[in-house]
This record gives sequence, structure tokens and C-alpha cells, in this order.
Amino acid sequence: MSTHANKGTLRIIVVAAVMVLLLAWAQGDLRFIGIGPWDAYFVRILNLAAINTILALSLNLVNGFTGQFSLGHAGFMAVGAYTTSLLVMTPQMKKVVFFMEPMFEPLDRICIPFLPALLVGGVVSCVFGILVGIPALRLKGDYLAIATLGFAEIIRLILQNVRRLTNGALGLKGIPQVVNLWWTFGAGVAVFLFIRGFVRSSFGRALIAIRDNETAAELMGIDVFKHKLLAFAISSFVTGIGGGLMASLLTTIDPAMFKFPLTFQILLTVVLGGMGSLSGSVIAAFIVTFMTEFLRVVDEPLQLGAYTIHVPGLRMVIFSALLVIVVVFYPRGLMGNKELTWESLSSPVSRLLRRRVAS
Amino acid sequence: MTWPLFWSNLANAISLGSLYSLIAIGYTMVYGILRLVNFAHADLLMVAAYAALYGILIFRLPFVISVLLAIVLTAGVGVLIERRAYRPLRDSPRITAMISAIGVSFLLENLGLVLFTGRPKSFPVPGFLGASTDIAGVRVSNITFVIIFVTAILLLIVLYVINKTKTGIAMRALARDFDTARLMGVDVDSVISLTFALGSALAAVGGVMWALKFPQINPLMGMMPGLKCFIAAVFGGIGNVVGAVVGGFLLGVAEIMLVAFLPSVSGYRDAFAFVILIATLLFRPTGLLGEKIGEKV
Repeated sequence: MSTHANKGTLRIIVVAAVMVLLLAWAQGDLRFIGIGPWDAYFVRILNLAAINTILALSLNLVNGFTGQFSLGHAGFMAVGAYTTSLLVMTPQMKKVVFFMEPMFEPLDRICIPFLPALLVGGVVSCVFGILVGIPALRLKGDYLAIATLGFAEIIRLILQNVRRLTNGALGLKGIPQVVNLWWTFGAGVAVFLFIRGFVRSSFGRALIAIRDNETAAELMGIDVFKHKLLAFAISSFVTGIGGGLMASLLTTIDPAMFKFPLTFQILLTVVLGGMGSLSGSVIAAFIVTFMTEFLRVVDEPLQLGAYTIHVPGLRMVIFSALLVIVVVFYPRGLMGNKELTWESLSSPVSRLLRRRVAS
Repeated sequence: MTWPLFWSNLANAISLGSLYSLIAIGYTMVYGILRLVNFAHADLLMVAAYAALYGILIFRLPFVISVLLAIVLTAGVGVLIERRAYRPLRDSPRITAMISAIGVSFLLENLGLVLFTGRPKSFPVPGFLGASTDIAGVRVSNITFVIIFVTAILLLIVLYVINKTKTGIAMRALARDFDTARLMGVDVDSVISLTFALGSALAAVGGVMWALKFPQINPLMGMMPGLKCFIAAVFGGIGNVVGAVVGGFLLGVAEIMLVAFLPSVSGYRDAFAFVILIATLLFRPTGLLGEKIGEKV
């Protein structure tokens, strides 16, 4: 028993150490021994992948584990992104950006470090989540989906119209680029462990019970609405954090960024990874992010002998077709509701080894 | 606000409401039978508008023939979508089919962006429709009359089909109780195909008239009207055709009047529909004319 536990701890330590070394190498923190950093473009994709992981995990908590279909993610991301950005931007930069109309009084002088700003972004997003959730979560299924989509659109319209707070349709620029791989992967791992812990707790089991049969769950004494709202609040907190990280990585944001296609991409990730599988969301987030970047090739002009084929936008066609194909032919996605474990990883390998030995 | 301005706003509101009604019928019919929010319905507006545009500009067809072909093509696209993307999921959880619908909607929009580019194209409005008529000092564009007239005719046809024909009875039977209707010998697949064909044809007419009213068309033109028309269908009582028409009208009129009387909130115009949706779902989930259906446990 104790050797088993030791083996598990050892594995975690090895994985963590390898990850830290790789991140240090990629980020350029191992320059003193003459290696790294990796190509800046590749590092940027890794950052995006980690942020998309955070977003997918938070959507999966609501859609996959609680079975409440929310399409409002872009709105909560926007809240997190704007809150964090407005708190970390320097007063000078704010003066430059808000050239049309000056900013609200005390906020134009406030400038706090990134970590508290990120957390405040998460909290504000969480408050919005609760405010949206209280009316919306009384609805079910497709009505909930449309209502959350509506709330996200309302949030976006508010951001676009309250010019003295958000600079309107022009958006914000000059957001300090604080995030690096340590931030994104650190937050990614923290969110993963947090949501995994939550899903495995009695709360999480109640959520799964609600997903599988709401009436039965209620009869078993679960306060359905409270649990749904809690899941929704946690999800919007995490989404807000994801939005804040995204804003700091991109350094510019505007309301048009946070339209429905953004939610679509997160939804694609969750469906591809498997609704109800955290490791599936992680894998799918990396696949989708890397595909997004590598499929830029198909948007470039293609030289075929004497002909030049140039179809900009083909990338998104591929993504939308992918969603339909996955849903129609592989509705369980990559992982279904299973998790990737050491056993599931090692069993095919050990089976292969055993076959080798036998032959 | 002066009276002439009010009347011209009202004419505008009624024509917008008619368009919403026409599109909302397709949502409500599909939802009534399959309990599916057909996100792709919105993008059929775009398909029809571009089909008509290309018929006129590229193939040099007369306006009417081009529009008729566009309607047939759009109905075909609607049936094809149902067959490929929704039929395999008929026994899956409803949310799965909805994800598929979202995927199809994005697929159509992005195909539109690839084929037609994102740059808006101007729709060739025939001279007669582009002109306007003076009624007691109020200038009303002719397309307003056409929209109201066509909507009224089509609504009568739809009501006839649903209430008097055998297919219509089958549709209502499916909407009431899917499995029993099947057992009673309703040919489920063909009735659903017909529903999609009818709904998509109405969306096509709506799309062409939308392009006549707002003659700058782009591949994302259906997105917002689509969501609003679904909301109109919910507002009127989903599954109920008359409800969809009432809901569409009220939404269109309310939207225009809100902006006309309160110009300061015009930035929030698109949010208004969602506020109505949330209020409807919270206070009268069956909509204005919907029947109460108990949830089966």
C-alpha cells in the first residue's frame, strides 16, 4: 500500500520537475547553461494553449459536469479581461487610450500589480456570473443556452457603450504584457487541480447527479439550484481569470473580440475533448490551439503549378465542419467522460511489452 | 415626435415585424416537432439572399425567376442540413443536436465568408421596389407594402397547410407526441423533411425581402435576425405558428419604437430582444399563446 502511494508521489514529482524544466527552457530561464528560449512564436502558441485550457476547463465544469448548457463564456471572459486590464494599465497609458472621452474619476489613477488585478477580474466576473445565474439557471437546456448567449451579448453591448469606463468600441491597448509561460501554465495547473478537486468532492458528485437526472437528484435531497449556481459562479471566476490572462498576453482588447465565435471555439474544444472529461479538455485545448495556428497555412495563397489558390477563411470552415463531424459521428469526443490516468496510459504499453515477451 | 415621423416609424416597424414573423415561423415549426433550436435557420437568410443576388448578377436571370430559384435552393439546403446533421442525432440528448446546429450555422457563415468574402455586397433592388409612395404626406417605401402583403399571403398558406392538409395534421401530431404519431403510421422522416423545406422556404422569402429592405448583404447578415426571431418565437409561445407571428410583430414594433422614442438607448437596441427573452422565460415560460406542457418524469 505504502509503496503504491510512494510510486504515485514519485510520478507526480517527476512530471512536475520535467514540466518545470521544459517551461524554464522554453521561457529562456536556462540561458545561463546556454539553452533556450524557444522560438517566440511557438512560445506564444503555448501560452494561448494554456489559456484555452483554462477556458475549456471552466466551460466543461458547467456544460460537461453539471449538464447546464451555457453559451455565455465570451461575456465572462470580457468582464475578466476588462477588469484586469483597467487595473494594471498605467495612468499615463490610460490618458493616451481614453483620448475620446476621459475615464471615470478614481479609476484613471489606479494601477495595481498584475496578480491582485487578475484575481479582482476573476471575482468581478464571478459576481456577474451569479447575477446572470440567478435568473438564467431557473431555465433548462436550450432555453438556458439562448439566455446565457443573450446575457453575454448584453455584457458586450454594455462594454461597447459605457465609453468612460471601457473606451467603447475602440477598446483598450497598451495593456502591460506581464504573462509568460510561468503565469499561463501555473494558472492552468492551478485551475486543473482546483476543478478536479471540486469535481471529486461531494459538491462535484452532486453536480454529476444533477446532470444525470435532475429530478432524482432533487429527490435525494440535493439543493439543485444552489449547486448549479455554485458551479456557474466557479466557472465564471475561472473564465474571468482566463480573460485577464488573455488580455495581458494580447495587450489589446476590444468588445468585438468577445462575440459568439469566441464561445464557439471553447465549445468546440470541450466537445472535442469530451464533455465531462478534464484531461480531454486539456488535450483538446492544445490540439485546437495548435490547429488554429498551423491551419493558418490554408489561409495563405497556395501555389499549385501555374495556379494560385487563395481561400482566406478556410480555417474556420474546417473548424465548424469538425464540430459537426465530431458531434454526429463521435459524440463522446476524444475521451468521453473518462479521464486520462497512468493506468490507461500504461496498459497499452504494458500489453505491447507482454506481447513482445510472449512472441 | 411629429405625427408624420411617427407614421413612418410605424410603417418601418410593421415591415420589420413582418420579416421577424416570417422567419420565426420556421423556428417554431422545427422546435415544435424536434425540440431543437435550429441555429442554422438564421443563415438560410444569407443563403437565399446570395443565391438571388448571384442569379441576377451572374446568370442574368429576371428578378422573379432568380428569387424563385433561390427559394427552391434554400429549401433544399434546409432539408439537406436536417438529413446530414440532425437526423443522425434524433435519439441523442437534445443538447447534442443543438451543438450540431451551432456547428452547421458556423459552417454556413464561414462558407459564406469564403465564397462571397466578408465585404458587403449591394443587393440589386428593382426600380419599383426601391421607390416610395406618398400617403398623406408620409413617405413609405414600396418594399414596406410588399413585405406586409407577402407575409400575409404566406401566413395564410402556412395556416392552411398546417390546419387543413394531411401533412399538416401529421406535423401537429408529431409535435404533440412524437412516438405515438410514429406508431399511428406517420412517416416521420418525410414529414420532418417537409417541415424543414417549408420553414426554409419561408426563411428564404424572409432573406430576400430582408435584402430588399437592407440592401447591403454580408455572410453574417442572418446572425442577429436569427437570434431575434427565435426569441420572437419563444415570446409568442414556441410551437405555435400564430404565436410566432404575434411575437415577431410585437418584437419588431417594440424595437423600432424603443429607438424612436428613446434615442439615447439606441446602442442597446440588440440587447432589447434578449431582455424580452429572459423576462418571458421567467414570468411566462409558455409565451403569449403557448400551451402549458408538463415535464414528463
